[in-house]
Amino acid sequence: MDPVTASLEVSGLAFAYPDGHQALFGVDFSIERGERVALLGPNGAGKTTLVLHLNGILSGGTGTVRVAGLPVGREHMAEIRRRVGIVFQDPDDQLFMPTVREDVAFGPAAAGLKGPELEARVDRALERVGMAEFKDRPPHHLSFGQRRRVAVATVLAMEPEILVLDEPSSNLDPASRRELADILRSLDVTVLMVTHDLPYALELCPRSLILSEGVIAADGPTRELLADDALMSAHRLELPYGFDPRSVPTGA
Amino acid sequence: MGAGHAHRLYRHGHSPVHGLPPHTKLAATFAFVVVVVSTPREAMWAFGLYAMLLAAVARTARVPARFLLKRLLIEVPFVAFALLLPFVAEGERVEVLGLSLSVGGLWGAWNVLAKGTLGVAASVLLASTTELRELLLGLQRLKLPPLLVQIASFMVRYGDVIADEMRRMRIARESRGFEAKGVRHWGVLAKSAGALFIRSYERGERVHLAMVSRGYAGTMPVIDEVTASRAQWTYALTLPLAALVVCLLGWTL
Amino acid sequence: MHVPDGFIDAPTSAVTGVVAATAVAVSLRGARRELDERTAPLAGLVAAFIFAVQMLNFPVAAGTSGHLLGGALAAILVGPFTGVLCVSVVLLMQGVLFADGGLTALGVNITNMAIVTTVVAYAVFRLLVKVLPRGRRSITVASFAAALLSVPAAALAFTLMYAVGGTTDVSLGKVATAMVGVHVLIGLGEATITALTVGAVVAVRPDLVYGARDLRQRLRLRVNGELVDAPAAEPAPVASRSPRKVWAVGLVTSLVLAGFVSFYASANPDGLEKVAADHGIDKKAEDHAAADSPLADYGVKDVTDARLSGGLAGVIGVGVTVVAGSAVFWAVRRRRTAHPADVSPASTSGA
Repeated sequence: MDPVTASLEVSGLAFAYPDGHQALFGVDFSIERGERVALLGPNGAGKTTLVLHLNGILSGGTGTVRVAGLPVGREHMAEIRRRVGIVFQDPDDQLFMPTVREDVAFGPAAAGLKGPELEARVDRALERVGMAEFKDRPPHHLSFGQRRRVAVATVLAMEPEILVLDEPSSNLDPASRRELADILRSLDVTVLMVTHDLPYALELCPRSLILSEGVIAADGPTRELLADDALMSAHRLELPYGFDPRSVPTGA
Repeated sequence: MGAGHAHRLYRHGHSPVHGLPPHTKLAATFAFVVVVVSTPREAMWAFGLYAMLLAAVARTARVPARFLLKRLLIEVPFVAFALLLPFVAEGERVEVLGLSLSVGGLWGAWNVLAKGTLGVAASVLLASTTELRELLLGLQRLKLPPLLVQIASFMVRYGDVIADEMRRMRIARESRGFEAKGVRHWGVLAKSAGALFIRSYERGERVHLAMVSRGYAGTMPVIDEVTASRAQWTYALTLPLAALVVCLLGWTL
Repeated sequence: MHVPDGFIDAPTSAVTGVVAATAVAVSLRGARRELDERTAPLAGLVAAFIFAVQMLNFPVAAGTSGHLLGGALAAILVGPFTGVLCVSVVLLMQGVLFADGGLTALGVNITNMAIVTTVVAYAVFRLLVKVLPRGRRSITVASFAAALLSVPAAALAFTLMYAVGGTTDVSLGKVATAMVGVHVLIGLGEATITALTVGAVVAVRPDLVYGARDLRQRLRLRVNGELVDAPAAEPAPVASRSPRKVWAVGLVTSLVLAGFVSFYASANPDGLEKVAADHGIDKKAEDHAAADSPLADYGVKDVTDARLSGGLAGVIGVGVTVVAGSAVFWAVRRRRTAHPADVSPASTSGA
């Protein structure tokens, strides 16, 4: 445990898709170990594209990404993908195996875990998201909120260095939303949460980044960023009606 | 033609047949059908015995006769074809109720009907006593290429999701007052199909991302392995072996 | 068109089984070349799409409706190898899960509906795309023609199988006329739907249409205001190995088998009788003949002799299929485990 190495370092990252659309124009930031950071930005700001660079799924542009000091690139790909756990927006994409148990086991099994050790890892991950009793169910029989929690478990089972969540609160009813927040707060990992759900970011993440038009437009305490009306409106970020970040008690 | 797949055949249960390892059931069903197909069509009694064997399996599996018979309807298009055979086939002809029928055609119709029906019945029994998931494990165990099994399992996992998307698109069309009535509306339906393809393909890409994010490198990690004891094999293979005896009798008698 | 059990005799079913197994094995390698490690999820999703789209009913008139078979569509959208795989998997699952199409007729069904349709459709499509001027309209026209021809082609293939291994003596002319006639009509519907669907996809995501991928252009990046050429896409690492060897082995195996087994299975029962007579195995059969059968009086002559030898051929055929099929798959698997696929950072679109 070297406190000096950041969990995640991104520098000079630029990227365009094969169809010519450029999404990132030089992104720089770093996240320390144990931090919970929100990545805010309007639709089409390049958030998802950035996320896909964190474990080397997208590459071929310029710039570098380092995870706990390890550069993301072909040679360390397996290790990088074990260290960076991405929870995608649509749990149906994430839960591709026939049963919850097999899905949670997929990551660790791909890393070579077997038998009782694998089973224990699966149980622990499901325990952490409170889904242990659904172990043998097929994913498409679960509610949306339950699927999202299992999706988090599939990633936790790999014991990642950093947990990256893409729009974790989307499509959740208020109760599921709160349950997920409790789960995320209870975890002892670095978290990068990509969202445009600003109250959720304020509730969970002390620090925020604003990604706009492919660059980091702001980086600072979430409360301050959300209170800066000019900054917010410049990047098409809007607080829900009647929500005042200054009046919310410090949660996290 | 394969329309009307909306209903899965599986019936939940705890019979001895449900409990057999899937690969033994697959092997047994396949062997049984092979034996049936290799039986001479003149040995009509043999087909009766086969039907009784299947009835015995259905009884053990507690699959009600009505359920089984209803599922046989899938064969209807070929029944129509079989009924045509006596009229169009060549060779010697006989008079039945004033109709001139071909003897070869009658035999052909009987052959297709008997073997086809037994084949469908055997498959229905297999599908109604084996869960989807198990069938895939069974196919994997029977050494089907792993990639093929993976493709099949993705198809099974996402079949419902995509059928659901298709249903939502239909509802969206209908809520805007569109109803496909004839060839003129094919353009709209095809646009839906095109959109469905794009969604499916993009979902495939996203699923792939989710897989590589968790360390997938081209081969599926083995998580579950099904095994069968000798006793289970023997039990499962009773059906094709009994059928084989019937078949051999059919050849020699 | 899902053929049930008992329609085509056992030896022919066995031969088509080998043909299907070989083609699927070749396609597995080919698809890996087209899609590398993305094969399983993408082919799986496309198979699910084909499965779903077969349920989409296209009303014709007066309450009747048609639906897509999907071979041509799959070939054009995702390429011939992946297309064969997708349709084969759909047929396999229909056979196992829904009892649609006989288990022993799986080879017949896969050969007709997965292989013949996709291969014919793709060949016609590529040919027309090469000949016609570049553009979206040509893609639509080519899709129409490809789908139109693919359906009667499958019907012809079926007729051919029927000629070799049909269980009833119907004049081939009649079968061919009926099958091809009906299927030209079906083909028209298939062609219209396919062309419209491909057209709809080309209009939105031309990059997803495999058959039209040479219409794409090279891209440039803008980094902090400057235009930079994007690094050339890395060639897929699996692509370098040629599947020629598997092709050759598969082809030779199926040719030898086709020749060998169809000698037994020939539509002309004389060959069978001869074999049976030469070996003296028909004596016993003669005595008992069709005596037990209620139709015995009609004196169905051929059967008496052909029975045993037919069965013999069936047993041989089936045995050979099992052995050859497993050998092919085993060989392919061996090759794959010998060269584990590299993990490539696939550059995928879809933000």
